Amino acid sequence: MNPKEEKVKIITEEFDENDEDAGVGSQKKTSKMARQKRKKPLPAAGPEEMVSENPHLGNQPEPLQEDSDTRPLSMTTRRGPRSLPPIPSASRTGFAEFSMRERMREKLQAARSKAESTLLQEIPTPRPRRLQSPGEKELETEFGTEPGEEAQKTQQEDDSQSHSRVKFRDSVRKIKTKPPVPPGFPSAEEAYNFFTFNFDPEPEESEEKPKAKNRDGTTQEEEEGEEEEPPVQGIHKTDEQLLISATEAEAFLWGLDHAAADFVAVRPADYESAHVRLQMEKELLFVPSRLTVPTYKKLPENVQPRYLEDEGLYIGTRPDVPRTCQNIMENRLLTQEPGRRWFGDDGRIVALPNPIKPFPSRPPVLTQEQDFRAELETLYKKAVKYVHRSQHMIGSGDSPGNFQLDIDISGLIFTHHPCFSREHVLAAKLAQLYDQYLARHQRNKAKFLTDKLQALRNAVQTGLNPEKTHKSLDTTQKTINEYKSEIRQTRKLRDAEQEKDRMLLKTIIKVWKEMKSLREFQRFTNTPLKLVLRKEKVDQKADEEAYEAEIQAEISELLEEHMEEHEQKMEAYRAAYQQWKAWKKAQRAKKKKKKQAVEEHPEEEMGEPYPEEDPVKPVPPEPTDRALMEHQVRERAARSRRRPGEPLLVPELSLAGSVTPNEQCPRVEVLRREDVKRRSIYLKVIFNDKEVSRTDSRPLGADFRVHFGQIFNLQIFNWPESLTLQVYETVGHSGTTLLAEVFLPIPETTIVTGRAPIEEVEFSSNQHVTLDHEGVGSGMPFSFEADGSNQLILMTSGKVSNSVAWAIGENGIPLIPPLSQQNIGFRSALKRADAISSIGTSGLTDLKKLAKWAAESKLDPNDPNNAPLMQLISVATSGESYVPDFFRLEQLQQEFNFVSDEELNRSKRFRLLCLRSQEVPEFRNYKQIPAYDREIMEKVFQDYEKRLRDRNVIETKDHIDPHRAMVAKYLQQVRESVINRFLIAKHHFLLSDLIVEEEVPNISILGLSLFKLAEQKRPLRPRRKGRKKVTAQNLSDGDIKVLVNIIRAYDIPVRKPTASKFQQPSRSSRTFSEKHAASPTTHSPTHSADYPLGQVLVRPFVEVSFQRTICHTTTAEGPNPSWNEELELPFRAPNGDYSTSSLQSVKDDVFINIFDEVLYDVLEDDRERGSGIHTRIERHWLGCVKIPFSTIYFQAKFDSQEDEKLLQATEKFQAECALKFPHRQCLTTVTDISGKTVFITRYLKPLNPPQELLEACPNNPQATAELVARYVSLIPFLPDTVSFAGICDLWSTSDQFLDLLAGDEEEHAVLLCNYFLSLGKKAWLVMGSAIPEGPTAYVLTREQSHYLIWNPCSGHFYGQFDTFCPLKSVGCLIGPDNIWFNIQRHDSPLRINFDVTKPKLWKSFFSRSLLYPGLSSVQPEELIYQRTDKAAAAELQDRIEKILKEKIMDWRPRHLTRWNRYCTSALRHFLPLLERSRGEDVEDDHRGELLKQLGDYRFSGFPLHMPYSELKPLIEAVYSTGVHNIDVPNVEFALAVYIHPYPKNVLSVWIYVASLIRNR
Amino acid sequence: MAAAGPSVFLLMVNGQVESAQFPEYDDLYCKYCFVYGQDWAPTAGLEEGISQITSKSQDVRQALVWNFPIDVTFKSTNPYGWPQIVLSVYGPDVFGNDVVRGYGAVHLPFSPGRHKRTIPMFVPESTSKLQKFTSWFMGRRPEYTDPKVVAQGEGREVTRVRSQGFVTLLFNVVTKDMRKLGYDTGPSDTQGVSGPSPPPGRPL
Repeated sequence: MNPKEEKVKIITEEFDENDEDAGVGSQKKTSKMARQKRKKPLPAAGPEEMVSENPHLGNQPEPLQEDSDTRPLSMTTRRGPRSLPPIPSASRTGFAEFSMRERMREKLQAARSKAESTLLQEIPTPRPRRLQSPGEKELETEFGTEPGEEAQKTQQEDDSQSHSRVKFRDSVRKIKTKPPVPPGFPSAEEAYNFFTFNFDPEPEESEEKPKAKNRDGTTQEEEEGEEEEPPVQGIHKTDEQLLISATEAEAFLWGLDHAAADFVAVRPADYESAHVRLQMEKELLFVPSRLTVPTYKKLPENVQPRYLEDEGLYIGTRPDVPRTCQNIMENRLLTQEPGRRWFGDDGRIVALPNPIKPFPSRPPVLTQEQDFRAELETLYKKAVKYVHRSQHMIGSGDSPGNFQLDIDISGLIFTHHPCFSREHVLAAKLAQLYDQYLARHQRNKAKFLTDKLQALRNAVQTGLNPEKTHKSLDTTQKTINEYKSEIRQTRKLRDAEQEKDRMLLKTIIKVWKEMKSLREFQRFTNTPLKLVLRKEKVDQKADEEAYEAEIQAEISELLEEHMEEHEQKMEAYRAAYQQWKAWKKAQRAKKKKKKQAVEEHPEEEMGEPYPEEDPVKPVPPEPTDRALMEHQVRERAARSRRRPGEPLLVPELSLAGSVTPNEQCPRVEVLRREDVKRRSIYLKVIFNDKEVSRTDSRPLGADFRVHFGQIFNLQIFNWPESLTLQVYETVGHSGTTLLAEVFLPIPETTIVTGRAPIEEVEFSSNQHVTLDHEGVGSGMPFSFEADGSNQLILMTSGKVSNSVAWAIGENGIPLIPPLSQQNIGFRSALKRADAISSIGTSGLTDLKKLAKWAAESKLDPNDPNNAPLMQLISVATSGESYVPDFFRLEQLQQEFNFVSDEELNRSKRFRLLCLRSQEVPEFRNYKQIPAYDREIMEKVFQDYEKRLRDRNVIETKDHIDPHRAMVAKYLQQVRESVINRFLIAKHHFLLSDLIVEEEVPNISILGLSLFKLAEQKRPLRPRRKGRKKVTAQNLSDGDIKVLVNIIRAYDIPVRKPTASKFQQPSRSSRTFSEKHAASPTTHSPTHSADYPLGQVLVRPFVEVSFQRTICHTTTAEGPNPSWNEELELPFRAPNGDYSTSSLQSVKDDVFINIFDEVLYDVLEDDRERGSGIHTRIERHWLGCVKIPFSTIYFQAKFDSQEDEKLLQATEKFQAECALKFPHRQCLTTVTDISGKTVFITRYLKPLNPPQELLEACPNNPQATAELVARYVSLIPFLPDTVSFAGICDLWSTSDQFLDLLAGDEEEHAVLLCNYFLSLGKKAWLVMGSAIPEGPTAYVLTREQSHYLIWNPCSGHFYGQFDTFCPLKSVGCLIGPDNIWFNIQRHDSPLRINFDVTKPKLWKSFFSRSLLYPGLSSVQPEELIYQRTDKAAAAELQDRIEKILKEKIMDWRPRHLTRWNRYCTSALRHFLPLLERSRGEDVEDDHRGELLKQLGDYRFSGFPLHMPYSELKPLIEAVYSTGVHNIDVPNVEFALAVYIHPYPKNVLSVWIYVASLIRNR
Repeated sequence: MAAAGPSVFLLMVNGQVESAQFPEYDDLYCKYCFVYGQDWAPTAGLEEGISQITSKSQDVRQALVWNFPIDVTFKSTNPYGWPQIVLSVYGPDVFGNDVVRGYGAVHLPFSPGRHKRTIPMFVPESTSKLQKFTSWFMGRRPEYTDPKVVAQGEGREVTRVRSQGFVTLLFNVVTKDMRKLGYDTGPSDTQGVSGPSPPPGRPL
């Protein structure tokens, strides 16, 4: 089946569905007959279309269609009628076929009975059966395989509608074709054939015809359709009738539809073999290949592909298209459009660059709603002053009003105006001509040319004279020729000029005559113009002679000229003649030839008569006729020249004439004059398209002149771009009209006021005005003639006389904007403003003048053209110009100061901010500097100012001892300088200061950590992992608490039962009592056995005080109590600053005091004992431990500055040590007091102790050692962390230490070690940690058999195996020449071996690999000791005693404090004994003595021993004993102070405080 | 004093640490704290906070949302040392170690109103490749000794950092008495409502 057909079917089906049964539809598909029937209703659906389209669309395909359809029936003879247009059939179908069909159906229903009987007789019954097989065959031939039809169908492709119509028509036509057949009865075979094609109307025809005819009248629609037909198809009457019969047959079949089953043809499904279909498709379809098209196909022949990109041209990225798609497209393009326009030079398809941008150009759509709103929100923008970009602002530095343009508008003259009368027109003309005449006369060109001519003639004359010149003939000839040609030209010019002059004169006279006649004609005069022709008499004869001579000369010249010309022409003629002759000959020969050929080619001969331009036979030039020439010359002379003897006419125009007064004028003229009077004129000055000013409105004068005489001074801001005057005319009160615009040129920079000439600038207007009076109007034709001929059209025009110039300022400098700001368009002005024209060449040598000119003309110094000039000027003038002899730095600073410096310095707030920014200690942590000056108290600065003042003043108020005061001062200064150093250093960061980063682990650690991965996650005994320290940010008072865990105490001294009732506690702590360290086993509670069991020997409790806050534990019992209590003490940081550095500088100590609580029965009366218990609790101080806060909070930090190699070694050593035992202290370098890093061994060197001490017990080295240790311990302790807060540990040398008389453990240890070394002991510095000091330094000495550990701060010593040794771990040992790091498993001194010679136990710094370089010591060679002044010590002693007594009284404000003088003096005697025995067991003897002396007093007191540094610690110590707290009413006190002076001002202070209660 | 007008101005900020974008990481939490000058003192609210751990959203945005509120009030006498919020983001690495994923800081907005800030975050880089590997392996990445380092300019020259991720913060700022003390923080001072919020902290 044809695909075409298929399509049609589908479309038609849509229409069918409305009126046909589904059953019928299915049936139709199989039979051709049904199909045709179905097609019939189709046009009815769109009748309008049909009518309009049919004649065109239907026509073409028809014949072909016909062919195909009819061929099977071989009816070739019907070609003629078929070519006719098919309109009838189409139109006939009408538009209401459905209704018609309905009606027909009804009628048929009625007629069926009649018709059926006849039909059945005629038509053979077995029709359906016959339809089967042949039909199939026919169909195939008809549609499937006919190529011609196929071609046709492709044409029709788009128009299925028309196609269906065609189909329908075909069927109709087939019906039409039938008529010839019926006359003879069809044979069986024919009938069969026929039926298989179409249903057969034939048999019915005869019967149906009458019926149809009957129906004709009734079916209106059908008739209408038929009525249209006749004009077109009138001749084919039979056809028409047949058509009717066809419809009838159809109608009949409609009736038969009820028995549709009869017509169903059962056929196998259509099958086309794939091969056939492919074949068909191949013909129909084009499948572009996917293969790559070779480049040569895509390019024109012999063209190499050209790659623009390779040539360096930019080509955008092509859109990404798969290669196959491109190939397909290329193939398609090549096949469909043979042209190669789709292919670029490179053989690829032309493509625009990829339009997809990598980034969205649209603003991103934000998801949040509010953002939307924010984007849509209207923003307020402040108005910005608009600066026109194209207009240059003038003068950045100059004030803008400095430039001025003066515009002088003097007046205006109309050369034509609508109100001009005819006379005025002529007058204007006359005036114009006269002006012209005057101008010409002034120039007098004719005269000049005449003279020139004369001169040339003379020159020629002399040149021709061979005697006079001896030049070569050639040159003279040449010059003469040149002269001659020049003469010719000059003569021509002169003639022209003369003629013009004459013409002008003539015109003037003519116009004047016209005017006169006009005045006469109109009988009045409008203008005062009067022309007078003055005649100047000339000498007739001379004139004539000159005239004649002139003519003769001219004639001769002309003749000569003509001769030359003639010669040339003759030459040319001869040549031409020769040529012509030759041609003639040739022509003749040709003609002969041609004659022979005429017979053969008659026509050709005809077309060839003038193959080339026929040379005309040259005419020989005529010789010049002298007479003729003369005539010509004379004629010309007469025309252009004054006749000889004729007087010279000189016109003179004057305004002497009188104007006819109004009364004598006709009405129209009066009207005109009145009109003129009503008019007034003013001008607007437009500068840069802006009106800047306007003139006064002036009435138009009768002479059409307006005088303004106004000067406008324009203050210029922008560079002038245009300057325009607008001429406005006001007529009465009706309003103003713009007559014209006058464009004035911008004056050049050289034109300044005063020099500018008045210029007349013409203007004209194109307005059209007609007036109803004598005025001629403008733009309107008018005539002077009565008959209206010779019309003139004049436009309003005039002249403005003005002058524009630059103004000159007061000092004579022209107010011209600098040239640099001019546009390029004004460069010409710049060019002309050159130096030479301005000041003349002489000015160039005068440099001053030149400079002045340069300044005046505002020469652009930046213009490269001017560079040399400017340089010259600058060099020349520099001598005089003012050059400041100073250089100002930041010359604009003044501008930016918003207040004066004094005011700034006065500002307290600013000062405070500055000081804080400088990190001045007083203000370093100053918080919230007030917002106003007035809120800052003066006293804020007081301390600071005082400190500044006192820096060099040593005051002794706090320090009783002047030396101490000095030391304190010095210490303070060192502290400051070191702090300053480190403040700077603090701002220098290392990576490690900022970033915590793990060290690169070595293999073992890596392995270890790998091993750790396999470790169980929850070990049974988890080890605590150190938490990273996070510094708290904002702590306030109360946030930090100091926790003190009181666990237990050992060996607390018990009360001694004495004869008397009071108990005397023994010396309190070990620090005072235990000196027998030499024997490791000394320390055991020895006394307890002395007392009866069950008796409470001591009831101790611990009191912890910190920053004057006191906490205490519960009271325990016995000498070895166990408290296990935690005490909480609040911590306040100084200034509320909790930064690290600040915390480290906290000087407060934690005092841990042990008291013995004693209960006393206070009942005086035993009778009351039954009813109540009255006891008084007394507490007796047993001892104290002082822990500086700095040990609680400690952070060490080092800085380095020694020899690089050594430092590296130390670092390495320390790193190695730290890797193995990270918690063991390893010290290799320390910082000295000047902040430099020093290798630690340099500090150790034998130094002599004071001679006094050595002499004390010369035979007992042990005693000497102890004495030395005591001496060292008496030097006050001052931790470095306090001195140099948060910075580092400073080590001072021993002499510095002794000078300062203050230092921490290191200094003490170093000094002690050095003493021991000098005593000949083997001594080392032990770096380790102890209780309570924390990391500290001790001294280790080696005695004969054992090691002793010395605490340098207390002077005590311990055996190695003393469990009470406060040193708990040993990190390293330092000797004078080496450092040994403890690499033993344990670090407790009890469990280690101090034999440093064993490298397995001690890792030495200097070894065989790194030999000891022999470092020089930093210590002095020898220490020098001064003997302390005993008197001063005694004085100090008294003062201290006095102060302490006052203090105790102060602390007891509510009680009376009585001093027992007797006891005091007893104590005073006792104290030196204590010093002598260094606090050892002298007490017992003494106590008895005391008791004896005191008799019935209950005595409670204890001696305190301290090194002396200053007063405050003493007071603190006394306070902490709490002696003053006793509130027994009759208590008495005793206080004694003893100071024992040691060399070098080292003072040992003893204070004995006691309370006495009288026993009753 | 009272007659002379206020002696301090107040800056009240509330808002939240809204969300973060850390394309490579998941299960993060963040800490915030404020760094401010000496003239500043917090008067109310929390100065430090640590958020919950959040996981990435399942959609394409892959946002880590904390919505962790900030509410703090400062008083000051001096705009110098204007408070900065310092954020540090942490999360587990492949081995489950808690490592830092980003530090960032931004000044609190000056002008009252609603402000949104997106802070680019960065982490310190290891000093060498080997360090990098070991730190990755051990789960001990380099960290700042103090997150507040990122709010100061001092000493940053010794560090190298790498950017990763962004954190978006929302601030609602109210100031009091700034004008009276002579500090004008822009036109939106008077408006009160959300003015045009210029996003200077925007990364793009």
